[in-house]
Amino acid sequence: MIEVKELTKNYGDKQAVKGISFTVNDGEILGFLGPNGAGKSTTMNMLTGYISSTSGTAVINGVDILEDPIKAKANIGYLPEIPPLYVDMTVKSYLNFIYDLRKCKLPRKDHLLSICNLCKITNVKDRIIKHLSKGYKQRVGLAQALIGNPPVLILDEPTVGLDPSQMKEIRTLIKRLGKSHTVILSSHILSEIQQVCDRVIIINNGVVAADDTADNLSKKMSDDHRLIVRLEGDKDEILRKLKSLEGIKSVVADLEKESGVFEYEIEAMENVDLRRKISSAAQENGWPILLMKTTELTLEDIFLKITMGEGVDGLNKDDKGGNE
Amino acid sequence: MGAIFRRELGSFFTSSIAYVFLGVFYLLSGWFFYSNTIAYGSSDMAGFFSMLFLVIVMLVPILTMKTFSEEKKQKTDQGLLTAPISLGAMVMGKYFAVLVMYIFGISIVLVHGVILSFFGTVDWTIVLSNYAALFLMGAACISIGMLISALTENQIVAAVVGMLALLLVYMLDLIAELIDNLISVDFITDALMAISFYNKYYEFTCGIFNLSSVLFYISVAVIFNFLTVRIFEKRRWS
Repeated sequence: MIEVKELTKNYGDKQAVKGISFTVNDGEILGFLGPNGAGKSTTMNMLTGYISSTSGTAVINGVDILEDPIKAKANIGYLPEIPPLYVDMTVKSYLNFIYDLRKCKLPRKDHLLSICNLCKITNVKDRIIKHLSKGYKQRVGLAQALIGNPPVLILDEPTVGLDPSQMKEIRTLIKRLGKSHTVILSSHILSEIQQVCDRVIIINNGVVAADDTADNLSKKMSDDHRLIVRLEGDKDEILRKLKSLEGIKSVVADLEKESGVFEYEIEAMENVDLRRKISSAAQENGWPILLMKTTELTLEDIFLKITMGEGVDGLNKDDKGGNE
Repeated sequence: MGAIFRRELGSFFTSSIAYVFLGVFYLLSGWFFYSNTIAYGSSDMAGFFSMLFLVIVMLVPILTMKTFSEEKKQKTDQGLLTAPISLGAMVMGKYFAVLVMYIFGISIVLVHGVILSFFGTVDWTIVLSNYAALFLMGAACISIGMLISALTENQIVAAVVGMLALLLVYMLDLIAELIDNLISVDFITDALMAISFYNKYYEFTCGIFNLSSVLFYISVAVIFNFLTVRIFEKRRWS
């Protein structure tokens, strides 16, 4: 369990993190999303005690990281952006070093072997780290974070530098770990966050711009009263007839997609489902429906909307609307 | 602390610094040993020991240069600083690793003593007192070198600045004399002489075992290690 309250970090005059608050429950995987320089890594560095916060508190499993850093750190496995690997050592001796460093009490041989198997680095355990590929280094970094089985895992861009199949493996692994650990994961690969995380926090300019599940976010952000319909028939007639339907705000004809088939973007009044009305109108008038879809935003669109500064206001308005 | 100590000591050997340090130290000390005692047919090792000071000034920074600078450059410090250990344990683990490496080096003077004993009578109290002097002075110099390493990301900068700093320490006597000749303000001369490494070391090489000198070197080591810890604390808070 991680509780973060009003965490702030100043670098000289520059405020890198401006009062971030959030909670991660046990067994939850939280995704940290944000453009470069948004404050993701700074926040993670504060959570792990690498740097201190200017103000605010971070409590890891009931222990404040600044009040009792050693006890708090014993609860955290951390994979920084650049894995802290001693490249002159072999994988095995490095993991043994981390085992000693963290004063791990689990049976050494079994524990290290199970971690090696989990991260699929058993076959390289006798090789010197600097000779490993980036993907393997990343996995050794992950293995290092798992030593001592800490209940909280903080992973800063864990899949960077991996090929697609390795990415998939690591994601599956993180998902599996998420069942028994509290995980914070940062990434700018949006599909990764969508796949792995239970909840997403979007950080922009050092503040939390959004905090919700990926599904809820896309619901909130997407205009579910907007439809895209492809109809075959006379464009002007269709436009006229559609406009006369009740509950329609606007209809715009788009490009001619196939001969005689236009795409129409239909915006409905709020909380009106137009799909049935349009389908029966099409039936009456004999326009075959070739496609009908609601415009749903992907996490990518949401991310762009929020970080480009459009969506934050919209989101807040939605929130207020919900409360009233 | 044990884990850091073992890793650091091992890294001297994997990075070949250990071989360079030991090789050069044995070579230079061997040369000075030969030219000061064997070549003269003398069993007086005092001259030899005063030459060793300069060797240490040049070689201790080689041992300390990468202790912290390399960690910072390779970002491995992030692993250490987020591990459940105190900053003090981290600094001391590294310090003792360097110190043990240094002891490997200076122990060669005992071998020199044994060699000499085949040719004449060796005053073992002087040899042992010198050995203690080398050890204590090195312990102080290492803490200075490590502080400098903690201030930079570049090994070479750490080595060069370390050598300059230790050279300055070496020359405190000369500087004190120079100031005395130029302006002769007593308290400046006295203060410089009080913190001089060389005159205390020289006492040892003459076989004088002065407890205040022992305490002086130990205090220097403690103070500089403490400052190194403070640097990491400050970095965390800034």
